[in-house]
Amino acid sequence: MNKIGLIIKREYLTRVRKRSFIIMTFLGPILMAAIYIIPIMLALNSSTDHLRVAVVDESRWFESSFTNNENHTFVPMRGQPIDSVKEMVKSGVFDMALYVPPTQLNIPSNAVVYSIRQVPMEVETYISSVMEKEIEDQKLMAKGVDPEIVSSVKTDVNLQIMRMDEKGNEKETFTEVQFTLGIVLAMLVYAFIIFFGGQVMQGVSEEKNNRIIEVIVSSVKPFQLMMGKIIGVSLVALTQFVLWIVLTLVLYLGFSAYLGLSNPEMLSQGTVMAQEITSNDIMSNENVQSILQIVHSIDFGTIIATFLVFFILGYLLYATLYAAMGSLVDNNTDSQQFALPVTVPLMVAFFTMFYIPNNPDSSLSVWFSMIPFTSPISMMVRIPFGVPIWQIVVSVLLLASTFVLMTWIAAKIYRTGILMYGKKLSYKEIFKWLKYK
Amino acid sequence: MAKISVNEVTKKYADHIALDRMCIEIPERCIYGLLGPNGAGKTTLIRILNQITAPDSGEVLINGEKLSQKHIARIGYLPEERGLYKKMKVGEQAIYLAELKGIKKTEAEKRLKMWFEKFEIGDWWDKKVEELSKGMQQKIQFVTTIIHEPDILIFDEPFSGFDPINANLLKEAILELRDKGATILLSTHNMASVEELCDSITLINNGRSILQGRVGDIKRQHDTHQREIIIRCDDTLRVMNIADTYNNIKVEPTDQPDETKLTLFSTSPNDLLNQLLQVGQLVSFKEVLPSMNDIFIQEVQSQNQAS
Repeated sequence: MNKIGLIIKREYLTRVRKRSFIIMTFLGPILMAAIYIIPIMLALNSSTDHLRVAVVDESRWFESSFTNNENHTFVPMRGQPIDSVKEMVKSGVFDMALYVPPTQLNIPSNAVVYSIRQVPMEVETYISSVMEKEIEDQKLMAKGVDPEIVSSVKTDVNLQIMRMDEKGNEKETFTEVQFTLGIVLAMLVYAFIIFFGGQVMQGVSEEKNNRIIEVIVSSVKPFQLMMGKIIGVSLVALTQFVLWIVLTLVLYLGFSAYLGLSNPEMLSQGTVMAQEITSNDIMSNENVQSILQIVHSIDFGTIIATFLVFFILGYLLYATLYAAMGSLVDNNTDSQQFALPVTVPLMVAFFTMFYIPNNPDSSLSVWFSMIPFTSPISMMVRIPFGVPIWQIVVSVLLLASTFVLMTWIAAKIYRTGILMYGKKLSYKEIFKWLKYK
Repeated sequence: MAKISVNEVTKKYADHIALDRMCIEIPERCIYGLLGPNGAGKTTLIRILNQITAPDSGEVLINGEKLSQKHIARIGYLPEERGLYKKMKVGEQAIYLAELKGIKKTEAEKRLKMWFEKFEIGDWWDKKVEELSKGMQQKIQFVTTIIHEPDILIFDEPFSGFDPINANLLKEAILELRDKGATILLSTHNMASVEELCDSITLINNGRSILQGRVGDIKRQHDTHQREIIIRCDDTLRVMNIADTYNNIKVEPTDQPDETKLTLFSTSPNDLLNQLLQVGQLVSFKEVLPSMNDIFIQEVQSQNQAS
């Protein structure tokens, strides 16, 4: 008789059929896809939108500095009073007017852009950068320096980071990519522990406060019920996770196909532009081209394997704690003091996310990725930077054995807690429960 | 051989002893009452029988075998603190609970339909539990308790939450189950139902059994030899005069002007009866045994005073 199987089935089916689960399952990928798709859509849309800018330059410095491209045309309006040009903007001859009052060197220019619509960020940035460059050149010339010389001495240092191992193999690393990947993985683990651990806790206290618990434990052992619930919810978590990945891929591919059919050139163009917008100065065009190289430099096999192991073990460890906590909750009001032992280590682990990337191999980073209560999250941050195999193995063993120990303790607390009503509980008393037969 | 025997069972909690060397023998095919004030240890004993907790010492035998996991499917338990999953559909939930007791899904469905018909709750099958009234939920709870046709049934305050009509339906169902061969343990504070249903009882106080036996025997042991006589006689004064010659007697008027009630505490009512028959017509003579309610209060109070 497989009673745990029955419990898992019920826990799984009731949760998967809930409206909130279905909504979350579809909303997640849509949000994720939106992060990717919206910049592309914006980039594509703005490129079709051609802007005409009237330039009234009373300083006469910048008239010829602006260059036209497919997004904007600058029309010099020499000698025209700004007020009449503003009228032209209002009547729609121009989209906007740039007014530069008479400017003297060393005095900050106070140029104004008049526009009916919101001025696109791109145009704003372009105008100010052109003007800054022009003023800089003027200042240099005033000091007797040829701007040509200045630009010829400007250098871009492209620092390559090579990791070596004992055998002398060298591998190029890309800190930003590793940083982002590590944070994303750790966030995923953290979010799933909080969310699905919370579901375990809520499920346990619901059964207790429903008073169905005594009916159930007369049929199955409390331990079976607890483990059935934890495993059932973990399957829900995995289902959600897999569905998210599948749906995100479907959305992404669908969107790509849609763009690809309508205009294959626009897709690549849009993607490049999106990259530029999203990554601004972090990645230059050169880096975009080497993105394949970066992808190859990351050991996805190890990352996915460790992610799954730590994800599952981390969830299981915290889920047992959440289950024990849920069994203590009587009327939701006094749950706070028992929530502390679960939330504190989670918070600590959360904050290591911001510390570890600065120095992934420092002793503190290593310790956090070993301590079972923080390792599921801290190790994820370290993994993309490369972690010695022995550390991963030790950390997994510690995590797994802590899980077994905590399950034993949690089961004892759970067993007594679920049948305890209307009694003020202290840690001292809960400790005594561990000795009950 | 007893169906259930509880031998010297002791259970201690951090700050008190819930059961102290408890011994109970429950014969087969009977309704056995488990009585006692709140906190006496009844729930602990019931939980031990259901293997929700284990005793510190002592043992429980079912049909002479030590209580073990295999007995779980043979016991049906209706706890005092009971409930159902609010968001689950009635039928689905009932099947789930039956499956947990080891019944195959198709079999569970067949039996449930039969019971739902009997309790006239067939059209609730697809409703969510939260849509039903408390009394309706109680009926479903009762059905799920007996669905696996256990030979041992444990009911903790089964009548709470039932209106008189449904309580009667429940009572009949319990008697029917007993007649079909089930052994029933009934824990209740409702003394009227104890007198109506129980064959034997154990009275527990402070974790100890203070009174045990067949309900009839216990009542006889607590007999105060109270006899109640109602005599019809126009001349009430004559009746009063006769009564005055006895010590342990109480005379009361009844709602009929010519009838008088005499309550006598004595083992030999013959003399009195003879005298009364001379003066009037005997309406009734009956032996008044103490109620279980009186016995409960008397026993618990005297034990509490002694300790």
